Amino acid sequence: MSSMQKYISNTVKSIPPSGIRKFFDLVSQTEGVISLGVGEPDYATPWHIREACFHSLEQGYTMYTSNSGLLELREEIAKYMKKGIGIEYNPEDEILVTVGVSEGVDIALRSLIEPGDEVLIPDPSYVCYGPGASLSYGEPVSLPTYDEDEYRLRPDVLESKITDKSKVLILGYPNNPTGGIMHKEDLEALVDIIVKNDLIVISDEIYSELTYNGKHVSIASLPGMQERTVVLNGFSKAYAMTGWRIGYACGHPDIIGAMTKIHQYTIMCAPIMAQKAALEALRHGEGEMRKMVEDYNYRRKIIVSEFNEMGLTCFEPKGAFYCFPSIQKTGMTSEEFCEKLLIEEQVAVVPGNAFGESGEGFIRCCYAASVSNIEQALERMSNFCIRHIK
Amino acid sequence: MELEKEILKLIENNSQLTAKNLAIMLDESEEKINFIIKQLEQDKVILGYNTIINWEKVDGEGVTAMIDVKVIPQREVGFNSIAERIYRFPEVRSVNLMSGTYDLSVVVFGENMKDVANFVSQKLSTLEHVQSTVTHFILKTYKKDGYLFDEPEEDKRLVVSP
Repeated sequence: MSSMQKYISNTVKSIPPSGIRKFFDLVSQTEGVISLGVGEPDYATPWHIREACFHSLEQGYTMYTSNSGLLELREEIAKYMKKGIGIEYNPEDEILVTVGVSEGVDIALRSLIEPGDEVLIPDPSYVCYGPGASLSYGEPVSLPTYDEDEYRLRPDVLESKITDKSKVLILGYPNNPTGGIMHKEDLEALVDIIVKNDLIVISDEIYSELTYNGKHVSIASLPGMQERTVVLNGFSKAYAMTGWRIGYACGHPDIIGAMTKIHQYTIMCAPIMAQKAALEALRHGEGEMRKMVEDYNYRRKIIVSEFNEMGLTCFEPKGAFYCFPSIQKTGMTSEEFCEKLLIEEQVAVVPGNAFGESGEGFIRCCYAASVSNIEQALERMSNFCIRHIK
Repeated sequence: MELEKEILKLIENNSQLTAKNLAIMLDESEEKINFIIKQLEQDKVILGYNTIINWEKVDGEGVTAMIDVKVIPQREVGFNSIAERIYRFPEVRSVNLMSGTYDLSVVVFGENMKDVANFVSQKLSTLEHVQSTVTHFILKTYKKDGYLFDEPEEDKRLVVSP
């Protein structure tokens, strides 16, 4: 142990490094890699949004905003939420502009969790939920979801994991890494359990616009759920604005108020230029966004069809831009598979176990890549499977 | 008709998409896609499959000029007859009828400036009904058919995102 390790808090030491990060180090040392490992759009932010940011800078918008974010942005978010998921939020005290959904997850958990409280997290899920719960001195509890259920959270699984310490349920649908979504009836089946056990839901809906063949349903829109749900969303995925770090949280004024307290003492406010760009995205970005989503939809169909053909069975993801094929026929663990694939064919995909135990035996492939890159990657993967599927 | 439009939109952006991939993307059979494409070719909806090339990067040879042409329209055929005579010259890449201060916009390609000058002075301006021409040489192409020539948008993402 190096000399400074003794100063690091035990809470931080207890958190394992991200599985994605570990794999990233290996990928960076390999040349000629085609990557399906990137969890972000392959588009740059639409030009008119970038242009709006330049314009705002020229106008001298370089200062702090209110802790909660520009009021005009919160008003626009309120309109978007009303139109998109049918919920009314008061822009004055029910909406907080955050530095991406990641900050939203962090401050929502820190606002809600007492030491020892249990945080229920579907598995596999995005990598930040579990460590986020631990950093809030809570206990992450994994709720396994299954390939055969298309990774929807089953009410019996939820019920079986609830104890008197359970306080928060995190739902991240459409789901990263599986592409699974929750239909209205799936969510309805959870509501009674949530209410009966007095749980608060943190609903990460960053991929809500990337829902194919239907419309995204937010659990907050179901009767009795608005006040016990914190909806998190942002601009990274739908508007190709990952690097801007801009998102928002909507919920009951007491919870948003608590989150704002932490936000004001740590972040102060989201950068004004990103807020100005987000405003442009909401006001004029829908057309470009729809075009991108249509494109992901086409790529999704190609990748799923090819994976099934090469023997990596894969259910059709209904949201986000990932598919999650099974690699069980190769007999390898997901880490072995990814390392071998990288070394033998120079294709980067992410091991499923990076997203939780239930992800073992699967890999995450992002199809936000050009059709020619997808085709090339699939060809290489097909050669790999011919050699390794017995 | 909707399916035809979908196919056209997709191959307009990427003519290299295979019929197999188009079939998967549009939830149709490969046979049907092939049939529709053949039909569109026969009906002259699809006129060809071009590649956009930045020739400056290969050899820098060749000159393109845009020529504004004023013509006297003819009875009954208007501008069509003269446009037809112009577009049949092999040097001519495109001809458009324009509103505004001149009538036809003609794009001409030649091996060098002398070629283009000869074409204009000897073939184009000597045509009956051509009143005047103004030749603009293209010095540099920044964008063509939606593609940026100088600064293609590279994928700046990390290979695996955090």
